[in-house]
Amino acid sequence: MKPAVILFPGSNRERDAARALKLVAGAKPNIVWHAEHELPAGTDLVVLPGGFSYGDYLRCGAIAARANIMNAVRAHAAKGGLVLGICNGFQILCEAGLLPGVLVRNARLRFVCREVLLRVERADTAFTKAYRKSDLIRIPVAHGEGNYTADEDTITELEKEGRVAFRYARPDGQIDETDGPNGSINGIAGIYSEKFNVLGMMPHPENYIEPEIGPTDGRGLFESLAGALKAA
Amino acid sequence: MKARVIVTLKSAVLDPQGKAIEGALRSLGVNGVQSVRQGKVFDVELAGNDRDAAEAALKEACEKLLANTVIETYRIEFA
Repeated sequence: MKPAVILFPGSNRERDAARALKLVAGAKPNIVWHAEHELPAGTDLVVLPGGFSYGDYLRCGAIAARANIMNAVRAHAAKGGLVLGICNGFQILCEAGLLPGVLVRNARLRFVCREVLLRVERADTAFTKAYRKSDLIRIPVAHGEGNYTADEDTITELEKEGRVAFRYARPDGQIDETDGPNGSINGIAGIYSEKFNVLGMMPHPENYIEPEIGPTDGRGLFESLAGALKAA
Repeated sequence: MKARVIVTLKSAVLDPQGKAIEGALRSLGVNGVQSVRQGKVFDVELAGNDRDAAEAALKEACEKLLANTVIETYRIEFA
């Protein structure tokens, strides 16, 4: 496994992501500056970390999505390479056109920083094989703009193709659409690209990997990636 | 040449910030405000005096960066 974590001005979770890749997946991630044109040779996973790239100026992720390195990320994804965007990384993927839709201001206008329950919608992708379908996992969120929206046709297509990765759920497993953290359509917390090799999600699995800190439900995602890339 | 680009949310997109401003105006006692939608204004200075070229450049700027056409529309005005 050879991950590259992309660093934009204003990213702040790149070390958390690198730490999770190291501790859970046993990888030695490269931190790659946004102005680079190429990914390190042999990169098999690109991680766009959380933070506030470019201070969220213009729109969240808008300027980072146009950075030099994003052409290389786009080429990597087009070849079927794995890409994981967390929080601001998810916003960047949407702005870059690698995922459909957009993340807008939370419905209740508040920055939400707390633990949420996520329902794992499918356990057959490179990102989720270590979970079981319909597992409820505890993962923290920290965002002001995580309200996923897209036009009706896009939502219909995402649902039809089973491209919703995670939804905000209640303890009984029902979808938390009205009372979720941000007002996302259908409780969407994360989505896949058409070929399931690109995942964008608002919650931070990289922050729930160590028992000293709390729950370790985020480990599954990095274990899944390690398994997928070992098998490849 | 000076131009102004105005980017606004499409009418079907919910604007929670506009709603909050609307509520604040009401609580300040500003009468008669029915609704508020928030947008962005970009004042742009362009080289040369070719209006068509300027308009084409600004359209490109909007499509490539200034607006996210999933949720926003834009309008270009010349001074």
